[in-house]
Amino acid sequence: MCDCCSTQKDIYLPEPATIRTRRPMTKLEMYYHVTLDSGRPLGHRPGQFVEVSVAGIGEAPISISSSPTQEGFELVVRNAGNVTRALHGLDEGAKIGIRGPFGKGYPVEDLSGKNLVFICGGLGLAPQRSLIRYVLDHRDDYGEVEILLGTKCFEDRFYTDELEQWAQREDIHFIETLDVGCDQWGGCVGVVTTLIPQVQTDLSKAHVLVCGPPVMYKFVLMSLAEAKVPTEHIFLNLERRMKCGVGKCGHCQMNDQYVCQTGPVYRYSELGSVPEAI
Amino acid sequence: MKKISQEAFAQWVTALIASDRQVVGVQAKDDRFAFGPLERAADLRLDYDVTILPPKNYVLPPRETLLTYEAGGTYDSVIEAGPLVLLGVHPYDLVAINQMDELFSQDQYDAHYMARRKQITIVACDVARPSKNVFASSMGTAVVDKGYDMLITDVGDGYVLDVATDKGRKLIALAGPLPDATEEDLARRQAVQDKNRKELNRHPLECKPSYLPKLLERAYDHPIWEQKAQTCFSCGSCNLVCPTCYCFDVQDDVDWDLKKGRRWRAWDGCLLENFATVAGDHNFRKRRADRFRHRLYRKAKYVPEKIDGQIACVGCGRCVGACIPDIANPVAVYNALLEDIGMD
Repeated sequence: MCDCCSTQKDIYLPEPATIRTRRPMTKLEMYYHVTLDSGRPLGHRPGQFVEVSVAGIGEAPISISSSPTQEGFELVVRNAGNVTRALHGLDEGAKIGIRGPFGKGYPVEDLSGKNLVFICGGLGLAPQRSLIRYVLDHRDDYGEVEILLGTKCFEDRFYTDELEQWAQREDIHFIETLDVGCDQWGGCVGVVTTLIPQVQTDLSKAHVLVCGPPVMYKFVLMSLAEAKVPTEHIFLNLERRMKCGVGKCGHCQMNDQYVCQTGPVYRYSELGSVPEAI
Repeated sequence: MKKISQEAFAQWVTALIASDRQVVGVQAKDDRFAFGPLERAADLRLDYDVTILPPKNYVLPPRETLLTYEAGGTYDSVIEAGPLVLLGVHPYDLVAINQMDELFSQDQYDAHYMARRKQITIVACDVARPSKNVFASSMGTAVVDKGYDMLITDVGDGYVLDVATDKGRKLIALAGPLPDATEEDLARRQAVQDKNRKELNRHPLECKPSYLPKLLERAYDHPIWEQKAQTCFSCGSCNLVCPTCYCFDVQDDVDWDLKKGRRWRAWDGCLLENFATVAGDHNFRKRRADRFRHRLYRKAKYVPEKIDGQIACVGCGRCVGACIPDIANPVAVYNALLEDIGMD
């Protein structure tokens, strides 16, 4: 290798990391607490993601679910394909590879002092939690905080201990719904958009952060438009097929945007000429 | 500029082959042409019209190992690169390589691509005869004056050499001292290039290429995408033969002993159905018309935004030839749009 290239970092090379803790959260989702073997902090911003390598199987992009204010970082991984299935089979102490953090996270400085409304659909809670935890760790720096969570059914709820804590807290307003109710559930039933009328703060003056399955965005955005939320105050955390994570392989493109580079968090106002986004 | 006779040129190529460099040149392949390892100077066919595949597989191999790993956790970079001479790259293919150089080095620097690229010496050559589908003239890529280590032009009784870089100088040094090109040589060279500027144009584009991004801004919902895509097989042939297509997939392999393995990358194509599919089976570009449109938008609008406005279609015409239902011709699409939504 020539001199100039040997001084450049290999952007495809994972660094070794260890699974410190793991526990199942639902039938499909597993929680991991990971640290980098070198001891260095991941140094991520809320909203970024990492590429997790399982040697021999491959790599998968997983949103970071914890705030950078914690030690190590947390991931919630759904068993959905080859890599995630293999990941689920790994025990505490197992080695994985990590690349990242990648992507543009949430602009926490711009959100300072604002009223925040989080709208989370299903697994969309996992990436949003990185910002929620960050905000709660700096609670005084932010205005009103409201969290709306919609999950498909009771068994799919995860981070349930934490959800209970949020429900108890006086300084945030947390409301939940299930698409499909059941006997154990005494709360709201309906899709997450049905919670929007229950928001206490004035939505038109709030900053709204949205993350959920692809189908959800259209409906949430319609409701937010009705509530006259300015589009530059709406933040969408979008998923795409991230492969390389470094803006080369092309799989994550939506129109001219490489989501791994300019996203996955976008202001809705930025997406005017990105019809493939929603 | 220098002049080299046919004989001296053949001797020089022989010397190159004998040296420790890998020499790749254009050769006949049945009734067509292809880049391949050159074993004898006589096999070199600089009079070719177009190669089946562009030389992109020498800067970005169809498959290359990125890393090796040991089970249990450590990964090691693998950079596969050695000195290579590419003989006979046409101007339009050269432009494509230069564009890829920018794309792979900008923002996140791809050390695998760049290490390989830095060891490649490119000997470009002016086109000897137009191919069936070339439209480089329309795209401004019929003739180039930079981006190569050396440019050779056939002037009948030999070649005029434009040696542009140190790498080029090192290479031509193997030919020994060479005479300067005469006025007549240079005039003939100019004639070749002037001819190519006009005649590499089997599918003339009805506007300046720099207008294309503006045109596409208004064409997103035009019915042409559906019309064309009705017969699209999503085979990805257009991606495969295109000199500016470089999207790739990354996969892992494990050895039989389950202890070691490698991570490799391989060419991929955005026309293929599952290019934008994620776990859970949601496909972010499910419709063929959307995929078809995406490729043309990338070439004439999205990639130009990353490389200072250069259009990422170099008019080689390979997609036109490779597409079985004959829908890939970018000029046909752009001209139809121009007619319909016109110019300002």
